[in-house]
Amino acid sequence: MTFWERNQLKLAPFLFLSPAVGLFLIFVIYPIADSIWVSFHEWSGVNRYALDDEGNLKNFKWVGLDNYIYLFTNDDEFYVAVFNNIKWFFFSLIAIPFGILLALFLNQQILGIRWVKSFFYFPFVINAVVIGIVFTWFYNPKYGSLTYLLGFFGMEPFPILSDENYATYGIIVASLFPGIAYTMIIYITGLTAVSKDMIEAGRIDGASGFTMFWNIILPQLRPATLIAVVVTIVGALRSFDLIAVMTGGGPWGSTNVLAYKMYEDSLFNFRMGYGASTAVILFILMDIYIAWFLYRLFKRESTEK
Amino acid sequence: MFPTPIQKYSIPVNIFYRVALIVTLFIWLMPLIAVMLTSIRTYDDILAGNYWGWPKDIAAIENYSAIFEDGRMARYFLNSMIITLPTVFGTLLLSSMAGFSLAMHKFKLNILLFCMFIAGNFVPFQILMIPVRGLTVDLGIYNTYYGLIIFHIAFQTGFCTFFLRNFIKELPFELIEAARADGATEWMIYRKIILPLIVPALAALGVLEFTFIWNDYFWALILSQGDGVKPVTVGLDNMRGQWVANYNLISAGSVIAALPPVIMFFLMQRHFINGLTFGAVKG
Repeated sequence: MTFWERNQLKLAPFLFLSPAVGLFLIFVIYPIADSIWVSFHEWSGVNRYALDDEGNLKNFKWVGLDNYIYLFTNDDEFYVAVFNNIKWFFFSLIAIPFGILLALFLNQQILGIRWVKSFFYFPFVINAVVIGIVFTWFYNPKYGSLTYLLGFFGMEPFPILSDENYATYGIIVASLFPGIAYTMIIYITGLTAVSKDMIEAGRIDGASGFTMFWNIILPQLRPATLIAVVVTIVGALRSFDLIAVMTGGGPWGSTNVLAYKMYEDSLFNFRMGYGASTAVILFILMDIYIAWFLYRLFKRESTEK
Repeated sequence: MFPTPIQKYSIPVNIFYRVALIVTLFIWLMPLIAVMLTSIRTYDDILAGNYWGWPKDIAAIENYSAIFEDGRMARYFLNSMIITLPTVFGTLLLSSMAGFSLAMHKFKLNILLFCMFIAGNFVPFQILMIPVRGLTVDLGIYNTYYGLIIFHIAFQTGFCTFFLRNFIKELPFELIEAARADGATEWMIYRKIILPLIVPALAALGVLEFTFIWNDYFWALILSQGDGVKPVTVGLDNMRGQWVANYNLISAGSVIAALPPVIMFFLMQRHFINGLTFGAVKG
């Protein structure tokens, strides 16, 4: 027996995993640690390792918690961004009831339903840049078609995306278009797995319509709901593309969210350390969320077995 | 089945349901229909305020050739292809190997690595932004296809490994044991037994990843500069500035940018849905 044959089972995991794990460590895990490190420094983004005459880092200065302190005490835009993230968080959840409603509406077996369903799905595969461009154009008071629709109902057109109070909602509505398509896909699949016996049992017990849905169907859709909620919320916290395309954070920073603010601070204002501290806050918010999700996942797996 | 099958209701209800279905679908797709119609309008038509009606003159050829005129759009489109296809292939290769190992090998770090891959899915891109940009600059792959491809593979491997590990875990373990008893090497088991069995999962992930990578905007923005390697998402956003209020051109560009994932979706719909709803039934 050669060395390889004897030790194959021990070496195999290492060989099979090292490309994936290696890349993941370099491009995902290390950057997280590095961002946290950067967030304790002042740095404009150039020549990080340059030394001054005394051998200290010239461009990369340790400032301790200063970035965070400034963020929380001196930066009004930070609070605007956090508040907008909270708006995104709650309003993007609208996609869930809408997704369920559409899924129930489409869950029939008639001729051609497969095609109808796929047309309902397809906003999900269209990229955010296109969605953003389309909705920006809708909202445009001069050329936009929403103007036309509002006029139809006798309302004055108003420039949603240049109005501080409405711009964020305008973007969230655009995000709901692919968002609802996604939750609907999840729920249509979820509905196919609902137990027929339980529906029959419910019918015998006199349940129908909403009581049936609430007491028998919805509990069985729990796995679908878990996924839909997780993906929707992660998407909401990550929201960047639509904001970049539709408003660029404006007007006057009113549509900023943490993800966009961080991008702007680091790459346009050359405050890498400060940007990193914003990213760390976003990361911590997401972590709390991941912890909850994993806890649920493993609790479920252990109760099943 | 819930709701009650429509066939159990009266004929008028059935007719009403079908009409309602078509009306809802029409309203749902209105934004996209408007874009498609506008992409074949003339600019005069737009100035005249015709946004929703049928275009007065069909300018499909003019508009679509206009967006390809200066060659940039074609470049962006090609860039997207050059970035997306190797990424999908590389991700599936790496994650199928990793997924196989996590599912079939017992070793100390197994659960930890699995958790790492799951958790990676939730990481906000922004916390990776500054270091990844720095890394690509240091490695000399900033503003190259390699930079985007390698980063995408690294990040997407997290999701795909999670997915494939769970898929492979469901396969009968006896199969592997029998092959081992027959003296098959681990590589042969992966290559000859596992890979053929996970083709449906790879197809599902393949279409899904194609869509994700094609639609990426953030990383293209961070890791590229100039027109050389920019994919169509960022490219379209730039062209928009140039076309100003020529919404017919903007619409035509949008249709082009959205087309490949849409075609992919319609061709591979079943796989796409399988990938997306993985875990939605039995989480």
